[in-house]
Amino acid sequence: MALDAADVEKIAHLARLGINPEDVPEYSRNLSDILAFVEQLNAVDTTGVEPLAHPLEATQRLRADVVSESDERENFQSVAQVTEDGLYLVPQVIE
Amino acid sequence: MHRKSLVELAADLRAGACSSEELTRASLERIGRLDGRLNSFITVTEQQALDAARAADARLKAGDAGPLTGIPFAHKDIFCTRGVKTSCGSRMLDNFPAPYDATVTRKLLDAGAVMIGKTNMDEFAMGSSNETSFYGPVKNPWDEMRVPGGSSGGSAAAVAARLVPVSTGTDTGGSIRQPAALCGITGIKPTYGRVSRYGMIAFASSLDQGGSFACSAEDAAIMLGAMAGFDERDSTSVDRPVDDYQATLNAPLQGLKIGLPKEYFGEGLDAAVGSAVETALDEYRKLGAELVEISLPNAQLAVPAYYVVAPAECSSNLSRFDGVRFGYRAADPKDLADLYTRSRGEGFGAEVKRRILIGAYALSAGYYDAYYLKAQQIRRLIREDFLKAFEQVDVIMGPTAPSTAFKLGEKADDPVSMYLSDIYTIAANLAGLPAMSIPAGFVEGLPVGLHLIGNYFAEGRLLNAGHQYQQVTDWHRQIPQGFE
Repeated sequence: MALDAADVEKIAHLARLGINPEDVPEYSRNLSDILAFVEQLNAVDTTGVEPLAHPLEATQRLRADVVSESDERENFQSVAQVTEDGLYLVPQVIE
Repeated sequence: MHRKSLVELAADLRAGACSSEELTRASLERIGRLDGRLNSFITVTEQQALDAARAADARLKAGDAGPLTGIPFAHKDIFCTRGVKTSCGSRMLDNFPAPYDATVTRKLLDAGAVMIGKTNMDEFAMGSSNETSFYGPVKNPWDEMRVPGGSSGGSAAAVAARLVPVSTGTDTGGSIRQPAALCGITGIKPTYGRVSRYGMIAFASSLDQGGSFACSAEDAAIMLGAMAGFDERDSTSVDRPVDDYQATLNAPLQGLKIGLPKEYFGEGLDAAVGSAVETALDEYRKLGAELVEISLPNAQLAVPAYYVVAPAECSSNLSRFDGVRFGYRAADPKDLADLYTRSRGEGFGAEVKRRILIGAYALSAGYYDAYYLKAQQIRRLIREDFLKAFEQVDVIMGPTAPSTAFKLGEKADDPVSMYLSDIYTIAANLAGLPAMSIPAGFVEGLPVGLHLIGNYFAEGRLLNAGHQYQQVTDWHRQIPQGFE
């Protein structure tokens, strides 16, 4: 499956990933190469094979719904570029 | 001092033959003098290291010391380290002093180990050559025109150059074992779930696993023992006691059954590397092991399956980098979409973008079954091959990498060719098995790695097999010219 420039731009949009227009042909070539490479998986008959999500087949561990962490808002927000009164700031969304 | 093993240094510290502060200063001095050639460190934490060394010396004096107390180590820059820049090799996190410690960080610091600094790596651990780092490539100490391997290239180069006795790494598709092989040192990736992933910046969560680098299997065993263990904060951590890896190092190998997958000795393997591996296998024969040919029929599917699973999980994990809560934020965004798109576009490098795009595509509507689900089915077939093999043998061996260290830039423009440098290592990640690389000779002055894969939780067995080999060979004692 080859990905053309429009495909690359569409996927980049889905991933909210800015790419330079001049780099699109190279991405298109690289991604097509990678997809051609993984294409060999299709030659294998996997009918009835259960997908493996966890190597040890472990299931999600549950814990009691109790508070286990202390409030570290200030510490965690100290690594954000723009905050105000404990809130993260982003460009205005609603007019 | 830099020629001594961790075991010897720990004995010296206890005997009072040297102090941790002296070891730490010696390590810092070597980094200052030699690392300009290698670029193995992103951050050197000199003041913090000296403070930790003095605290370790006090513990040693008080008789409250473990095997790592006072020992300098280098920490891959993927492990969160409170108050210290944790960049993951990316511009995205160049401005990120981690607000908390990874479990591995905490465990090593609590053991009294002295963190010297954070090591260079492929961006977000995506690479096999350390060339995708925002901080520039790391050079291989055996030949500075060549790559050290990746993604844990800085950690491997720093140990190979004897800047530190031990270091940490992470391995998603070979990122500990391949650089260990290319740099001529020992590196082990344990069973999936053995080392906590809490605070280890995620790349592909069902494959990522932390581990250790050292000059010998014995030192790697001590380091891994300190890193491993159940952690409530990691939902895939395994609740099972950690074996005493040192206790089994000296078990004789008489009767050990070693499986040699025929698929790992065929096309694609450099002939000289293959013959170095054969010579190493002869050593195991002399040690009393029995070698049997086995087959892993789906071996050739490992790399393509990986390049669906890993990018899919990467695209999901890396969606957290949005310019809002942490990391790089684009200047003057015109709206929210522009903030996301430009922060990610400007913050990530080319290889990370490629993987995000492949992953987003593989997970997108209409393609999920054809790619991700299919790859996860293949993953089970690969795991079943191993389970079947381990009914017959104790350890699987082969080459770690198909060639010795390649030249900087040689594969940089050809992603698929780069991906194939992990052809022998990736299957262990897909199956979640422990695996290790040990030095097994040289080809034209460049190190060759022997790859050992064990059954689930057989880390002790791998380290034992590595240690016994290192009792009768001295490849692991070789030091690159210019770093003696």
